Amino acid sequence: MSPEITQDLTAEEQEQLECVYAKPETLTETRFHYCPGCGHSVVHRVLMEVVEELDIQDKTIGIAPVGCSVFAYHYMNIDMQGAAHGRASAVATAVKRLLPDRYVFAYQGDGDLAAIGTAETIHTCNRGENIMIVFINNAIYGMTGGQMAPTTLLGMKTSTSPTGRTVETAGFPIMITNMIAMLPGVAYVTRQSVETPNAVRQLKKAFTKGFQYQKEHKGTCFIEVVSNCPSGWKMTPLQANKWLVENMFPVYPPGDIKVPA
Amino acid sequence: MAKGKVTFDIETCKGCELCIEACPQLSLALSSKINAQGYHYAVLIKDNCTGCVNCALVCPDAVITVYRQKKKSKTPVARITNVTQNITVTIDDERK
Repeated sequence: MSPEITQDLTAEEQEQLECVYAKPETLTETRFHYCPGCGHSVVHRVLMEVVEELDIQDKTIGIAPVGCSVFAYHYMNIDMQGAAHGRASAVATAVKRLLPDRYVFAYQGDGDLAAIGTAETIHTCNRGENIMIVFINNAIYGMTGGQMAPTTLLGMKTSTSPTGRTVETAGFPIMITNMIAMLPGVAYVTRQSVETPNAVRQLKKAFTKGFQYQKEHKGTCFIEVVSNCPSGWKMTPLQANKWLVENMFPVYPPGDIKVPA
Repeated sequence: MAKGKVTFDIETCKGCELCIEACPQLSLALSSKINAQGYHYAVLIKDNCTGCVNCALVCPDAVITVYRQKKKSKTPVARITNVTQNITVTIDDERK
């Protein structure tokens, strides 16, 4: 194996190099508790980068869900509020109505948003609340041990579908993002992912648009992020990202589904 | 000297290898040593980093800081003052 290059910058390097990328200051010093390779922490970081770039750290309020990202408020250095399981969008509605000048987002996983919180999510979007909903779709319940979620793919093995999900017993994967795009109150619906550097760049643009549309009072912005769960899928992070491209994208293709006129 | 350099917060790295996969220059690898968390951490092993930021974009734990060669300054090489009639000035600027 090649020798490691020293971490410290030499005097010559300090002179000639400039820092072009560092951890955003809108993230706290706390280490992420997520498993190695988890998409959650990438989304946390990108979201906070956008908050830093738009300089809205003291005007942003996030709603943390129940699920792996329940401790989002430990990592994001902004005002945050926890919500009961699935009710993040309902809490976000209240926060936005009481403090209409703030940027409000609800951060939810697939079990939170598409299972127990389906009613709240759909009605928040139907009312066209002026908030941003970030939906992390990794097709599994990661926190509780890899159970089947509403978004689990057909044939996918989980701890509660050990022989693979079947239509007869569990129905089809729910296309909640496409359902929400049909509602007139929703301004911006997009599906992004985090498996490659370019996908992360696209996601950052989507978040920037989400905050921009919120500023312009366009209506609800719904951003789905197709993510991975190496532990729940029982794969290494690299295998998980490969599996995501091969299996998740045919069912959940990335791209804008609805953009404001 | 390389055009760029990356440094890692080695104690926070979880050794997921996503940065190694994302690096177009193949300059990253996992160290043979482990950090206090018990993970083999990512390190720079080649002097060909271009500072493209790809590794830092996919890093789930925000452990990577990227440095890149400073852009040459854009200050003018010459400044023309007190122009009293139309003149043509050609500046041979090798920095372009």
